[in-house]
Amino acid sequence: MAYLTQQFEILSALADNGGDLTAWQDGFLKFYRAFLANDRWLQYIEGVGTTLVVTAVALAIGVILGGTVALVRVAHDQQRPHHRNALLGFVNGAFKVYVTVIRGTPMMVQLLIMGMVIFASSRNFTMVGALTLGINSGAYVSEIIRGGLMAVDPGQMEAGRSLGLNYITTMVKIIIPQAIRSILPALGNEFIVLLKDTSLITVIGGKELLYAAQGIYSRTYECMYPLLGIAVIYLVLVMIFTWLLGKFERRLAQSDRR
Amino acid sequence: MIVVKGLKKSYNGLQVLKGVDLTINKGDVVVLVGPSGCGKSTFLRCLNRLEEPDEGTVTLDGQEVTEKGIDAMRAKMGMVFQHFNLFPHLTVKKNITLAPVHLGLMDQATADAKAMELLERIGLADKADTYPNMLSGGQKQRIAIVRALAMNPEVLLFDEPTSALDPEMVGEVLELMKELAKGGMTMVVVTHEMGFAREVANRVIFIDEGVVKVDKPPQEFFSRIENERLKAFLSKVL
Ligand SMILES: Nc1ncnc2c1ncn2[C@@H]1O[C@H](COP(=O)(O)OP(=O)(O)OP(=O)(O)O)[C@@H](O)[C@H]1O
Ligand SMILES: [Mg+2]
Repeated sequence: MAYLTQQFEILSALADNGGDLTAWQDGFLKFYRAFLANDRWLQYIEGVGTTLVVTAVALAIGVILGGTVALVRVAHDQQRPHHRNALLGFVNGAFKVYVTVIRGTPMMVQLLIMGMVIFASSRNFTMVGALTLGINSGAYVSEIIRGGLMAVDPGQMEAGRSLGLNYITTMVKIIIPQAIRSILPALGNEFIVLLKDTSLITVIGGKELLYAAQGIYSRTYECMYPLLGIAVIYLVLVMIFTWLLGKFERRLAQSDRR
Repeated sequence: MIVVKGLKKSYNGLQVLKGVDLTINKGDVVVLVGPSGCGKSTFLRCLNRLEEPDEGTVTLDGQEVTEKGIDAMRAKMGMVFQHFNLFPHLTVKKNITLAPVHLGLMDQATADAKAMELLERIGLADKADTYPNMLSGGQKQRIAIVRALAMNPEVLLFDEPTSALDPEMVGEVLELMKELAKGGMTMVVVTHEMGFAREVANRVIFIDEGVVKVDKPPQEFFSRIENERLKAFLSKVL
C-alpha cells in the first residue's frame, strides 16, 4: 500500500510537470485516483452496504405489499358469484389499479414523482428511493405470489373446506405453505432484479453504489474506472446471490422429494 | 337424515341437475351410478356445498345447509375425493389431526391418539410420520378416508374413490369402505364398481338426465331392469 502511494506520488508529480507517461502509468494513476486516493474504496464499500440495505428494505416492502394484494385478489376471485363482499370488491379494485399503474409506468418516472413531488421536502433520499422501489416491486411480487397461490391444486382448497376449515384457515394452513415453495425462488430473482434497480435511486439523490461512483468521478473527471469498478461490483454481487439462490432451490427441490 | 328437495344446478346455461329429490337415512349406504357427465359429482358436491345449488334445499338432521354456518355442516359430512387430496406438506398424522384440532373438536393429544388408533386399524400406523408422497395410491386413499373419519362425521361422501387407483389397489380401499358400511356408517358413494354396489349398498340410484331415475335395493336394481337407459348403461359397464 505504502509502495503504491509512493508510486502514485512520483507519477502524479511527473504528470503535473508535463512529463510523458506510458499507458500503464496513466492507467495506474487513474485507477489509484478512482479507488485508493483519500481512502475512496471506503465509499464503494459504503455504497455496497447501502445498496444491500435498500434492496432488502425494498424487497420487504414489496413482499408485504405484494402478499396483501395477492391474497385480496385471490380471495376476491374465489368468492361465490352470489356471495360477493362489497368491501373486498372495492379493495380488490383499488389494488388492481395499483398494479396496473405501477406496471404501466417507468420506474424512473415513479422515482422522480416520489422524490420530487410527493416527498419533495424529505431529505432522506435513500429511504424515499427504497420506499419507491418497494412500492414498485410490490406490484410485481403480487403477481408472483398470486401465481403461486393459484398454482396450488384446487383440490387442496376443497379438501380443507370439506373438513370444515374456513377459508382463511385453509389458506394459512394448507394453501400458503404449499405456494411458498414455488414463490420463494421467484422472490429470489426479484431480489436480484431489485439489487440492480437500486442504481436508479441516484436520480433522486439516493446514496447507493452508483452514487458513490458519481461522487468520485465528479472530483477526478475520469469516469471509466469508477463506472467499470461498480459494474464489476454489481456483477459479483449478482453472481454471489444467484449462486446462493441456486443452492437454496436445490435444497427446496430435495425436501420436495421426501 | 339428509333430505334433498328439488335440487337444480346449471353450468353456463347447461342444466346438469334438473330437480333431484332424495332422502338418505341414517345407516344407508347409497351408491350413485350413471353415465359420465350426468351430474353425479355435481350432486355430491351440492350436498356439502362445494358447489352452490341454483335451486332446491339440502337438509342435514332437519337443518338446512346454507352458506351461513357451512363450515360446521361440512364438519359433519366427510368427503373423499378421487384424487385423495392429502396435504403434501404435512405428515400423515398431521393430515388427520389438523382439522379436528383446529376446529376445537379435540385437543392435540386426543387427536393424535385417535389418528394412531385409526391408522392402526388400517395397518398403516408405521406411516404416521411420513409424508403423503411416500405412499402408494391405495394407502393415500385409505388415509384420506381415515382423515375424514377422524372428524366423527355423520355421513361420508365418496366421489369415485377408486377411479384413480391402479387395479391392484382398488381392493384394499373397497375393503375399508365395506368395513365402514358394516360398522353402520352412512355413506353416499359415486362409483363404477358394480360389485361394491351389489355387495355393500342397500340402495343403488341411477341418475340420468338430471334426475333420479331409479332408486332400488341392489338385488332388484340389477335383476329387474325396467328403465331402458339404465339397461343401456349397465350393458356398457357390466
Ligand atoms: N365447474 C364446472 N364448470 C362448468 N361445467 C361443469 C363444471 N363441473 C361440471 N360441469 C359439467 O357438468 C356436467 C356434470 O358433471 P359431473 O362432474 O357432475 O358429472 P359426473 O356424473 O360426475 O361425471 P363423471 O362420471 O365423468 O365423473 C358435465 O357436463 C360437466 O362438463
Ligand atoms: Mg364425477
